[in-house]
Amino acid sequence: MSGHSTYTPSNGFTRWLDARLPIIRLSYDSFVAYPTPRNLNYWWTFGGILSMMLAVQLITGIVLVMHYTPNTLMAFASVEHIMRDVNWGWLIRYMHANGASMFFVAVYIHILRGMYYGSYKAPREILWILGVVIYLLMMATAFMGYVLPWGQMSFWGATVITNLFSAIPLIGDPIVIWLWGGFSVDNPTLNRFFSLHYLLPFVIAAVVVLHVWALHVVGQNNPTGVEVKSEQDTVAFTPYATLKDAFGMSAFLVLFCWFLFYTPNYMGHPDNYIPANPMVTPAHIVPEWYFLPFYAILRSIPDKLGGVIAMFGAIAVLFVLPWLDTSKVKSSTYRPLYKQFFWILVVVGLGLGYLGSQPAEGGYVIASRILTAWYFFHFLVILPVVGLIEKPKPVPESITAAVLAKNAAH
Amino acid sequence: MATMDTAEPSRRDFLYIATGAVAAVGAASAVWPFIDQMNPDASALAMASTEVDVSAVAPGQIITVKWRGKPVFIRNRTPDEMKKLDAMDVKSLKDPQSDADRVKKGHENLLVVVGVCTHLGCVPLGHAGDHDGWFCPCHGSHYDASGRIHAGPAPLNLPVPPYEFISDKVVKIG
Repeated sequence: MSGHSTYTPSNGFTRWLDARLPIIRLSYDSFVAYPTPRNLNYWWTFGGILSMMLAVQLITGIVLVMHYTPNTLMAFASVEHIMRDVNWGWLIRYMHANGASMFFVAVYIHILRGMYYGSYKAPREILWILGVVIYLLMMATAFMGYVLPWGQMSFWGATVITNLFSAIPLIGDPIVIWLWGGFSVDNPTLNRFFSLHYLLPFVIAAVVVLHVWALHVVGQNNPTGVEVKSEQDTVAFTPYATLKDAFGMSAFLVLFCWFLFYTPNYMGHPDNYIPANPMVTPAHIVPEWYFLPFYAILRSIPDKLGGVIAMFGAIAVLFVLPWLDTSKVKSSTYRPLYKQFFWILVVVGLGLGYLGSQPAEGGYVIASRILTAWYFFHFLVILPVVGLIEKPKPVPESITAAVLAKNAAH
Repeated sequence: MATMDTAEPSRRDFLYIATGAVAAVGAASAVWPFIDQMNPDASALAMASTEVDVSAVAPGQIITVKWRGKPVFIRNRTPDEMKKLDAMDVKSLKDPQSDADRVKKGHENLLVVVGVCTHLGCVPLGHAGDHDGWFCPCHGSHYDASGRIHAGPAPLNLPVPPYEFISDKVVKIG
């Protein structure tokens, strides 16, 4: 895809380096000369935005560890110490906490963009699966990070989520005790979560490298879903994609800063400002917003093991998405029927998110069951069937043809 | 084995497989300490029992004590509550168990249960729910005054921890 290298070292030193470690050549080929489809829209800037958010989380996280104490007796106080005493501690902690939420905002948009434009289809299956792996790692990291301040929501979130494993027949209880390192969530649990919360972002970074590698092998998808056919379908990554990404990142930073400076606790929960108390569960416990749709699925099933299977199944189904969609056409632009089901799925996801935030009783439970059923129906029935019965609109001959036709219409 | 034109396994094949098997066993044994270190350590196991004076628990009262980091409810049931429990149809329960099997002889009014919902581990609220036993606020499980599950997602009754009366007044849990 990327073809042969067009990099030419400009001076003696870069020639010397290039013959020993062609690192400048690799960067040049990947981020300067790399050909990108000429019709990418702003939904394609979320890859860059996500890289930026990963960097924000890594930098703020490493700084927070310089002031945080992972011990049940001191964790809560050390977070308050960061907020009140440490120079700029309030800013760095709010960046990290809101940054996690913004990271998920960006990843959900990125995933939905992939679903809308069929970016998971051949030859991009591995690229997609690596993305789902990153998403899973993000969820594990976010969950363990939320435990560290050792507030009431931290403690009870950790208790409920680790107890999910107790639903496994026979070995469930030993697994939970093993995860805890005791007979309840306690200091050993906090310590190991801290260790893994520090480790996993670097694992994410490594999988991101694989994700980008796979991307650069198969090339980017684009709004038409038609593969690049000639050089005139593409523009150079720099300056075109670089500047478009930079603009997207700046716009995203405006939203981030609005939360950060105007309503930094909006996406948190007030109960987490109460120190953890193993003897009292808060009256209404909810996970962070980005887990709510899955939480609603968990609660919609009136059986413990069934609920846990449904919740993990909701994510597992994404791994096989490339093989569930039977349509050869990638972009929803040319798929009139699938496009409608796509938007229904978006509404169902938002609906499940709302229901996950409500108490598990009465009408909320019934609505959760209907939407959970639809979620699985979409992936397991609608996707394979629509691909077979839908008559797609004519797909343009090439990216260039689509661009020229669009401009001629104006 | 590109150089071999016969499919007959040779002594060298046997050596390769045997070496590989020994290496695999060695690697697995080296991994075990890294897995087992996460299990409860000696200090967590050492805190495994708790003694409680139950003479001050008035009829109708529930006290919460800590055992192995978990809440344990000790409830002195009133004659009224006992009567209601006796009238229940045990067989219709999700986890059928008679109240008599959940208490000690001679101390039938005193219930000792682990105060952790068997669904996902929240602490249920006392004197609440449809059966005036416990109600779990997290996902809506209802327990009766014997800690038995009646409605909601929890699969089992609140467990009775191992305990004994070491005198008329003192209970040793664990």
